[in-house]
Amino acid sequence: MDQNARSEHFLEIKSLCRTFEDGFMAVDNFSLTIKQGEFVTFLGPSGCGKTTTLRMLAGFDMPSSGEILLNGKDITKLPPNERPINTVFQRYALFPHLNIFDNIAFGLKLKKLPRAEIVRKVKKALEMVDLEGFEARTVQTLSGGQQQRIAIARAIVNEPQILLLDEPLGALDLKMRKEMQLELKSMHDKLGITFIYVTHDQEEALTMSDKIVVMSEGRIQQVGEPEDIYNEPKNAFVADFIGDSNIFNGIMTGKYKVRFCGAEFTCVDDVENGTMVEAVLRPEDIEITPPDEGIIQGEVSSVVFKGVHYEITVLSGKNELVIQSTRKAQVGSRVGLSVDPEGIHIMIAENMMNKFEVGVKNGYRLDFLDGVPDFDITSLLPGSRMDGGRLLDAHGDEVAPETLRVIVTIKPEDIAMNDDEEAGMVKGHIVNMIYKGDHYRYIVRSDDDEDFIVRDEDLWNMNDYVSLVIPRDSLQFALKK
Amino acid sequence: MGVFRFSRKQLGIPYAVFLICFVAAPLLVIIYYAFTNGEGRFTLGNLTGFFTSPYTIGTLAYSFAIAVATTCVCLLLAYPIAYILARSRWKAKSVVIVMFVMPMWINFTLRITALKEILTVIEGNLAFHPFLNTIIGMTYDFLPFMILPMYTTLLKLDQSLLEAAADLGADPFQVFLKVTLPLSVPGIISGVVMVFLPSMTNYVVLDMLYNSTYIMGSLIGSYFSAYDWHNGSMIALILLLIILVFTLVTDRYADEDAGNRGGALL
Repeated sequence: MDQNARSEHFLEIKSLCRTFEDGFMAVDNFSLTIKQGEFVTFLGPSGCGKTTTLRMLAGFDMPSSGEILLNGKDITKLPPNERPINTVFQRYALFPHLNIFDNIAFGLKLKKLPRAEIVRKVKKALEMVDLEGFEARTVQTLSGGQQQRIAIARAIVNEPQILLLDEPLGALDLKMRKEMQLELKSMHDKLGITFIYVTHDQEEALTMSDKIVVMSEGRIQQVGEPEDIYNEPKNAFVADFIGDSNIFNGIMTGKYKVRFCGAEFTCVDDVENGTMVEAVLRPEDIEITPPDEGIIQGEVSSVVFKGVHYEITVLSGKNELVIQSTRKAQVGSRVGLSVDPEGIHIMIAENMMNKFEVGVKNGYRLDFLDGVPDFDITSLLPGSRMDGGRLLDAHGDEVAPETLRVIVTIKPEDIAMNDDEEAGMVKGHIVNMIYKGDHYRYIVRSDDDEDFIVRDEDLWNMNDYVSLVIPRDSLQFALKK
Repeated sequence: MGVFRFSRKQLGIPYAVFLICFVAAPLLVIIYYAFTNGEGRFTLGNLTGFFTSPYTIGTLAYSFAIAVATTCVCLLLAYPIAYILARSRWKAKSVVIVMFVMPMWINFTLRITALKEILTVIEGNLAFHPFLNTIIGMTYDFLPFMILPMYTTLLKLDQSLLEAAADLGADPFQVFLKVTLPLSVPGIISGVVMVFLPSMTNYVVLDMLYNSTYIMGSLIGSYFSAYDWHNGSMIALILLLIILVFTLVTDRYADEDAGNRGGALL
């Protein structure tokens, strides 16, 4: 019983934070419990804090706050050489001045094991990675894949309690990577060691892991088994990062009814009427039908053959949908699109903001509300400057306006509604309203068919034609990467 | 009626001419003089003379002693400096590196003259410690040549190797001993080559610091100024062979890259 309880809380990471000297918060309040023998993957784009977290587990980096408990013992401040943890490095980090035997025996020799035992263990580790008889070879004579295997052998020969793997397959070619994924998985099953694996490759994570930790901007976005992460993403980031997704802002219009892309869909999530949501549609869940049989209609804008399926892009109104289908479609043809209720995943949107993705016109003016006065594009591109009407980036290269996309964010409470049509720049009808206890939240659909979320204390009526006053100072800009 | 065509091989002609005029020919002249006597006849007397005379052997030994001592002192001083400079994330470290390199921009006789004045103030009379003064002078002169190759090698050292060693259970001292030090050997060798060889022959430092003992360079100079081309050439030839052997031995370990980059920094 005691044994069992201990292995459930094998590694406990509590509120781990890491702030760099320049103030950048690489890891923000990371808490996680890992079971003994689990294969856990930290998944996220580069710069999401996954590697920093791993480095803190290895002891190469010290957390700014928080603690790491291994078997209930605090190891937060232990140096790397005193932790029962070994690492497989991204670029192998094999010692170039030692041969393969001495590389693998490095840790064993430091433990002062008898020579015969070292020889036996090295031999066994080499067998484990399928490189028997490589003892006398030098590092330089090995291929990338072989070096990676030696790096794994060098780590597991020490029989660590936890094996950390920092994007170990990143430098290998695709075929090799697929092979190594399966081998790592079977090695994990054989050894019974806890593996903590860091990758930005979602497919790798889905293939190998017992548990996936999706990270973004230093924070955990979702923890779960691969199936859960894929099928029930918690937020738009996870949905977008794991697999291809179509994500749309929408609103619940009734029980099991959701409205997005200008049409009402049936879904399986029971969310309160009027709730702002994000609807996730996997490309493989969207079906192409004859135009009159679809829930929405659109025009095929591109078809790309991907081997197993075609990737078809359909433009429906202002929305772009990516669809995977085994049947080809004609570019330019009109099609209908339908989705089974099970194919729609509803995520409740928290802290709903008005977000508009807009282009940049000649003269670096924003294509938004007839141009935004005093808009300074250089503030979005670090190190950039204007030179004779041209925008130069930090390297001095010209940036063409059409290559830039800017996300404009406006808080709902910053927008004021006015019944004088000339008072604001945007005019539209109230298409939805919901009482939130001390205020109302309205959706105003503009004449340009953009939805604005507005927070207002006063009661207005559905279908009122209003104008929206948006103060210049309330606009926030960010460059879309 | 062949038309003259310029082939790539012919691009080497100027270099070959240069080599013949300034390397091969002087070398042949040295060999000729080394193995002839005053009457122009072949003899091995100069060679046997060198190895049987206690005076010349003593000079060779003294040159070695100075070169070994200078190299050791430079090595002990330069390694920690190079290590600290390479490992620190200090923003102003390029300033420190320039401070070590800058003396090389000043003519070295001028620098030795300055050093002489300082040593005279400290010691009173330079004649009391001729060997020590020579080592100080040589070290002052050659230290940058030791620091730079070691610095470049240590700078290139892959940090993940040090982390890997720590990860596998090595404490900081073991990491240094088992990874940092072995991997900085090419830089050390480059530095040793750049310091050891010139310090065997640079007799100007001895002259200026009033060290009247001869080293190999001054020995050759003394024979030549007495118009004894034959013995002078033989000693020059022997020195050449010693340097050749030394270079061949160290070349096997030297990291060309480190040497080159160190050179480029100058």
